[in-house]
Amino acid sequence: MKYAYFPGCSLESTAWDFDRSTRAVCRALGIELEEIPDWVCCGSTPAHASNASLAVALPVLNLQKAQAAGLPVMAACASCYARLRTANHKVRNEASERHSAERITGKPYDGGVEVHHVLDVLVNHFGLEKIRAAVGQVADLPATTENSKRRAGWQPAPRLAGLRVACYYGCLLTRPPEIVAFDNPEQPTSMDDLVAAAGAEPVAWPYKTECCGASLSMTHADVVGRLGHRLLSMARQAGAECLVVACPLCQVNLDLRQADAAKAHGAIPATPVLYVTQLLGLALGLSFQEVGLKALTIRAEGLLSRGDKVAQPPTLTPCPSPASGRGEFCSGGKL
Amino acid sequence: MSMTIPWNTGDLLDEVQQRAGTAVSACFQCHKCSTGCPIGPEMDFLPSQVMRLVHLGAEAEVLGSQSIWLCASCEACTTRCPMGIDIAGVMDALRIMAIDRQVALPDAHGREFNRSFLGRVRRHGRVFEVGMMASYKLRTGDLFSDVGKVPQMLTKGKLSLLPKRSGSAGEVREVFRRADEEGRGEKGGGRDATGLSHNVAQPPSAVRNSPTQPGAAVPQVEEEKRS
Repeated sequence: MKYAYFPGCSLESTAWDFDRSTRAVCRALGIELEEIPDWVCCGSTPAHASNASLAVALPVLNLQKAQAAGLPVMAACASCYARLRTANHKVRNEASERHSAERITGKPYDGGVEVHHVLDVLVNHFGLEKIRAAVGQVADLPATTENSKRRAGWQPAPRLAGLRVACYYGCLLTRPPEIVAFDNPEQPTSMDDLVAAAGAEPVAWPYKTECCGASLSMTHADVVGRLGHRLLSMARQAGAECLVVACPLCQVNLDLRQADAAKAHGAIPATPVLYVTQLLGLALGLSFQEVGLKALTIRAEGLLSRGDKVAQPPTLTPCPSPASGRGEFCSGGKL
Repeated sequence: MSMTIPWNTGDLLDEVQQRAGTAVSACFQCHKCSTGCPIGPEMDFLPSQVMRLVHLGAEAEVLGSQSIWLCASCEACTTRCPMGIDIAGVMDALRIMAIDRQVALPDAHGREFNRSFLGRVRRHGRVFEVGMMASYKLRTGDLFSDVGKVPQMLTKGKLSLLPKRSGSAGEVREVFRRADEEGRGEKGGGRDATGLSHNVAQPPSAVRNSPTQPGAAVPQVEEEKRS
């Protein structure tokens, strides 16, 4: 299995831990990644909100590079993924879009490159069976140098057993369904399945695909605070101890802005927000460092070492009523 | 809230449908989009109301609305619309038209963010967060928000002080230039070598005829009358 890897701009900066853990997980599982040479920004929301031609041409520039390499694309950032898929969709279905993109980039492109998200690759291409096996049996991992090194000091991952996780898909992994189409747009399950395969316990909760506010983070942080608080409160109410995400914007909005959200809208127990690849990496026996765990604002080490020693994540503000077992939810009565 | 809307020629509906490539006219006001819109509480017009304003030809109201800039492009409306209208795509088209016609924006943060972002991409081929944030802050005068987060982000390696340039940056600049020529959006999408072009203070009723429709009878939109 080999893919042309499109990291995207966020994975070079705010989400470097997503990049590191994605590469580490793929290496551990024997999924080969070849970074698209000289990839460029997909344009993200600013492009499609400003210039319709640019919004197709920038992704196409990358897809042409992947086509030259003769590989399907794997993207990690949900937003990049959606932009690459959207550009493909337009080029395939509208002749005028194709002509415009070819005129602007100066090269032909027929929409022929397949684009997948890392979650899609892990769950549907690599397969949950094989992941389950790899989590339980590090000896079954492909014989790479990293894996043989790892095998020496490796123990099955007790730290994930019983860890209650809310899987947060956000908007662009599943929407719009005719463009992204690897999971159900209203009730996706791929990340839950992956988390379960990694040995943790996904919780049922209703806000899997509610929006976190995305790029309003820069322009209207108050809106992002309100939405983040809603999501985190609901995840907590459903019994989750942490969230996993597959999008750099979701991660920043829920993690970096969590303290602001709690301050503005009521206390919530500090809730780590990990990339799903970080969680899977730990299940595969990778170290905290190998998955870049220190990049999280709300630290997760304590929670994830629970199997060894520590039990509870720290709380931002003391809960007025004592924790009451599963639903130790505390929003200052503001839900 | 009441408003006076001039005779509806249908030009607004035609142009929005053409730009967004979707049948706004199919909207029958079921409000499913508005019900699921995460930003609904902050919007001045809900998504279904935006669709209705487009039907009604209420150009000044819709292009001058806060809503089109608050839309987070989460695509929930597009996914759920029973008539298959690409509502998020309509929001994009309206934003582009608002810039095109130099409408006075209720707040320019969204546009300035887009310009700052694309300015970096045009220059380096990739987004350079520190440069983008600095440009955005200078453009909006919003200098101090989130400054407290910077040291922490730097220690966690989440911000780099130097841009990471794509080897294809030259190609990207050419792509921006040609995209400008296509005329389907803001020219110079984030021209911004030094550029601190504030168009924030436009005269209030600066709704011009679309340059894409010379001579087309764009209705003379009366000033908003709201009570």
